[in-house]
Amino acid sequence: MSGIRVENLVKVWGAFRALDDVSFETGDSEFVALLGPSGCGKSTTLRLIAGLEFATSGRISIAGRDVTGLASSKRNLSMVFQSYALFPHMTVAGNIVFGLSVRGVSKAEQRERLARVVDLLGLSQLLDRRPSELSGGQQQRVALGRALIAETPVCLLDEPLSNLDAQLRSEMRNEIRSLQQRLGIAMVFVTHDQTEAMSMADRIILMRAGKVEQSGLPHEFYERPATTFAARFIGTPPMNVLDLAPGADGLVIEGGAGPAVLPAGSIPLQLGLRPEQVTFASAGQPAVVETTEYFGADTITACRIGRQRLMVRAPGRPGLKAGDAVHLAWETSVQHFFHKESGLRCEIDPAAPAKKTRVAETTPQ
Amino acid sequence: MKASRNALYGGLLLLPAAVLLWTFTYQPIVTTFIDSLYSTPRGRRPAAFIGFDQYETMFADPVFWKAMLNNFIYAFATIPLSMAMALAMALLVNSKLRGQAAVRMAYFTPTILPMVAVANIWLFFYAPDYGLVDRVLQLFGLGGQNFLGQPDTALAALIVITIWKEAGFFMIFYLAALQQISPTLMEAASLEGASFWQTLRRVTIPLLMPTTLFISVNAVIGAFRLVDHIVVMTKGAPDNATTLLLFYIYQVGFGYWDTGYAAALTMVLLVILAVIALVQFGYVDKRIHYR
Repeated sequence: MSGIRVENLVKVWGAFRALDDVSFETGDSEFVALLGPSGCGKSTTLRLIAGLEFATSGRISIAGRDVTGLASSKRNLSMVFQSYALFPHMTVAGNIVFGLSVRGVSKAEQRERLARVVDLLGLSQLLDRRPSELSGGQQQRVALGRALIAETPVCLLDEPLSNLDAQLRSEMRNEIRSLQQRLGIAMVFVTHDQTEAMSMADRIILMRAGKVEQSGLPHEFYERPATTFAARFIGTPPMNVLDLAPGADGLVIEGGAGPAVLPAGSIPLQLGLRPEQVTFASAGQPAVVETTEYFGADTITACRIGRQRLMVRAPGRPGLKAGDAVHLAWETSVQHFFHKESGLRCEIDPAAPAKKTRVAETTPQ
Repeated sequence: MKASRNALYGGLLLLPAAVLLWTFTYQPIVTTFIDSLYSTPRGRRPAAFIGFDQYETMFADPVFWKAMLNNFIYAFATIPLSMAMALAMALLVNSKLRGQAAVRMAYFTPTILPMVAVANIWLFFYAPDYGLVDRVLQLFGLGGQNFLGQPDTALAALIVITIWKEAGFFMIFYLAALQQISPTLMEAASLEGASFWQTLRRVTIPLLMPTTLFISVNAVIGAFRLVDHIVVMTKGAPDNATTLLLFYIYQVGFGYWDTGYAAALTMVLLVILAVIALVQFGYVDKRIHYR
């Protein structure tokens, strides 16, 4: 059991509550992403787990052991810093074995473990170089090596890929993921990039303003976002969240002349639609094309319904241009509903009272 | 055409600095060297070319050797001690500390005092019977010491003053350098399990090496250059126990007006400083720059 358990964590700096009652639990050798916009408290959470800062209140346990008051070196974890934090005066080898040598591990064992880690990361040609003579990706590998050589059950990574260029980033993404699986260790990494979190993590903890917004598996975030914030954070482009307003025979998209989405209800609601689950159709919700962005495999078209904007991601080239009038259609099963005020997910089955098939087909134009 | 114009502009931009440097640094060195090859003019007897006679006199001059020895003792005692103290004080005031600003100021205060004022204050400290140091020693039954008057303690007494004055100055450089070290490096070291002393020895001190070099160059120059306190406190007494090289030059040049001999002594001082600077910048510098 090498999971991390965080209970009611609070961190206050003066009048600023950086973390406000954060709780979550991670499983055995899981790859966990702490995701969120800048300033949401994700790095603070990581630093508290690492023991680089101490919590105002709350408890942290690693592998069933309460580490809340322990110094970072006593927590049996390793960390990769965002800036890599390599010692500029030491060689690659010196940097990697630094932890072992200050802990008094024998020279023979240092050499043996160094050889293993270096082999794992493909650094054997670079052992005598100084960090300033390495590229960003190589520095990243050295930082990883320094963390992995400790052979701790938990490894923390603070924005590990943010200093790399796009190509290297996707390479390292795969590499870190496969290392984690091969070594069977738990990794917690902080990122603000939802694609990184979605593609790498077993579990995502989405944070916002010092609180956990949603915690779960990547597919849950995609399929059942708990709030409009989560809905708008995940996906490329993110989910469209549209205000609903009372129309002729139920709730319609505000400002649009489309079919009713739901039978009339009392609470103000918002409709969430993933761009890739909306299609151009011959009938349905009328909209006007505003801009199009062509990406090769697909095209992202921004449409306007009344005063609201909606993105549509369609395969190939739909051949639309700004100003075109189109109709949009989607399956009722892909609709998400949120409370307008609280932003919380709202489980409503639109099929329940009347409408059974595609929304677009139920009301003639 | 364009290249030559660039050279012209470049030359013109360099000219003011070059003129100052030549007038006040290189020209004096050249004339000092020339003067050292001539005898000192006296009365109606003008200076005559005597080759390296002055240097021969110097090598036979016991006071010169005494001054050299004193100066090296002075340098080797003041430099490491004041730098170690500076580093310790910088580490202290760089940490989270109550009244940090006050402590920093207290450490820096000796530096901003003029050396002449410092020397006068310490003259009272060292005074026999009623001086501060002697009064404290009296408590242990060790009173009645005249530190500045005894040949075996006079130089040590001056060394203490110099350390007291220089350490605060060097602390400022160390403090600035410490604040340049990324705190993440310290976090990484502590996360890896390094103790305070391990971090200091294996991370902090190596990263401070460029600053240490800079400070040591300054300290060496200072050790050969500072004479104010000698003039005020001992004038080289007792029995040349506190005569440092520059003070001897001053004595010979402006006390005995033997300017030819003073010029030769000055050349020796210049050569010593040049050699030390060359070693420091040419050899040590290559080994401590990582970035």
